[in-house]
Amino acid sequence: MLPRLSKATGWQLFVRATLARMYPRVIGANRERTWVFFEVLLPCLSLTAYVLVYRSLHAPPALVSFVVVGGAMGAFWANVMWAMANQLYWEKETGNLALYIIAPMSMMAVLLGMALGGMFNAATRALAIVVVGALLFDVRFSTAHLPMLVLTCVLTMTALYGMGMLFASLFLLFGRETWHLVNLAQEPVHLCAGMYFPVKSLGVWVAAAASVIPLTLGLDAIRQLTIADGPTLGLMAVPWELLGLGFLVAIFLSSARFMLRHMERLAIAEGRLTQSRS
Amino acid sequence: MQFAVETEHLGRVYRPKRASKDRGDAAVRVALDDVNLQLPRGELFGLLGPNGAGKTTLIKILTTLLSPSTGSARVAGYDVAREPERVRPRINMVSGGEASGYGLLTVRENLWMFGQFYGLSSADTNGRITELVDVVNMSDRLNTKSYELSTGLRQKMNIVRGYLSDPDVVFLDEPTLGLDVAASRDVRGFIRRWMDEDPGRTTVLTTHYMAEADDLCDRVAIINGGRLLACDSPSALKRRLRQDAIFEIETPPIDATMAGHVSLVAGVRKAAHRDGDGFATLELILEAEHVIGEVLACLQRQNVQLVKLTKREPTLEDVFVDLVGRRMAEVEGVAPSQ
Repeated sequence: MLPRLSKATGWQLFVRATLARMYPRVIGANRERTWVFFEVLLPCLSLTAYVLVYRSLHAPPALVSFVVVGGAMGAFWANVMWAMANQLYWEKETGNLALYIIAPMSMMAVLLGMALGGMFNAATRALAIVVVGALLFDVRFSTAHLPMLVLTCVLTMTALYGMGMLFASLFLLFGRETWHLVNLAQEPVHLCAGMYFPVKSLGVWVAAAASVIPLTLGLDAIRQLTIADGPTLGLMAVPWELLGLGFLVAIFLSSARFMLRHMERLAIAEGRLTQSRS
Repeated sequence: MQFAVETEHLGRVYRPKRASKDRGDAAVRVALDDVNLQLPRGELFGLLGPNGAGKTTLIKILTTLLSPSTGSARVAGYDVAREPERVRPRINMVSGGEASGYGLLTVRENLWMFGQFYGLSSADTNGRITELVDVVNMSDRLNTKSYELSTGLRQKMNIVRGYLSDPDVVFLDEPTLGLDVAASRDVRGFIRRWMDEDPGRTTVLTTHYMAEADDLCDRVAIINGGRLLACDSPSALKRRLRQDAIFEIETPPIDATMAGHVSLVAGVRKAAHRDGDGFATLELILEAEHVIGEVLACLQRQNVQLVKLTKREPTLEDVFVDLVGRRMAEVEGVAPSQ
């Protein structure tokens, strides 16, 4: 006869559940090497196109660096939309969501695990893009403001993945339309966030409106901190951008927590937690 | 007495999201209606019914995935709607044909991950995985990626996942759905062994396989159209028909309406028609053995040729026919698969 097992509760359970949900992303997603082609080499093609356009127009060399940083941050944005916002819907379709709900852990642990695992994955892809971009286009980055850069990255990622956690709950209720919603969010965000050009060139008001997306402020601040001519092309001073990112962190994380609870209550009332079996 | 599972006047109604005035109440679907159950600890309880009978809805409510529209349900002593956080550490669930876990992870990694969701330590989880996969004969597949598993092996992994967390109450929703005979036998053996190991463990099993319910369950509830029609041990349910005579008549292919003709014969309690490969079978529940003479005369008048006549002991299928008036496969509109 098998002995009864002791089970962790409270924060210990939260940590175990978070690490467990991180695991498939960190280990599983890197098990198939095809990501190198799809998530590094293919994005480098569009990056190359922008660099060639800038060079043919004899644009300032700083813009080439802007493109490389934008390409790297694009890996995070794609990850947030495809692997965070979309995820709970797909977890529902595979049957995992029902198992998550009936387990004693907090669903926030699942979302946090997804986010941390996604961040790790996207970071490897972003780093690969930066290295390939730097080698191909002879781009140099400054590390003079390293502590500030780390703080900016932490705030940007927290706000970005907080937004992904919020969308995950919202998109769960939209069902199959999520795929279209995610697709719809791609190009406009690339434009509004200034993925391949200084967001300042959109004008102050458009850029300010686009700052609702954490990518906009985060990308601008990272460019100012890593590119020699970055501050001259920046939207506003970095401390103000960090303040804005801090505000977005608070908004997105608290909204994600509220929306997750609301979604769970609604889905249990309406019977929407299990896969759409015909 | 504290029951492992208890429901009182439990009901669930599905309403369309945007109810149109034209459709009115017709669009409202009653999935469960006034279900009352009491399952003592240690019982292996079966819910038997065709697809759409309400079995899965009941399981969803008991596993906190769905709120009841009326009545209440308690699992392990806690109300599923008001205290789900107390119910969840004590239960687990396995559904037939589920594709849970992540394909790129190995069997061990998937199982470890689900163990962590219940707060088990890695050492306990790994020890438990090793023991349980051995019972279902898949120790050699521990390091296989789960997308490489066959349907049967995948379901065995799901079964192990369901029992890994050492639950007090396990809900198995069609656990042998789509499995071959050998895999089904392994899964049934595993369930029986798990129950035998600890008298405090409870299993609720839904199935539409009569033989599975008969073979495994201490008690069986027959459910159809959201209503509980009968609830007793398989032998007691079959005893209800002991005074009846049960015959099977095999004929060349005949029109399904023949069962209607036969049911008009005095003394025929129920008649059901089943098509086979190049033949048809009429299943008859008669009030007395001598009624078969009248039935045969009726068939002769309809020019139906007799191929084989068999008298047999009642089965749960007969109980279902007696309660519902049709065979389960007829209710589902599909041929029986096991």
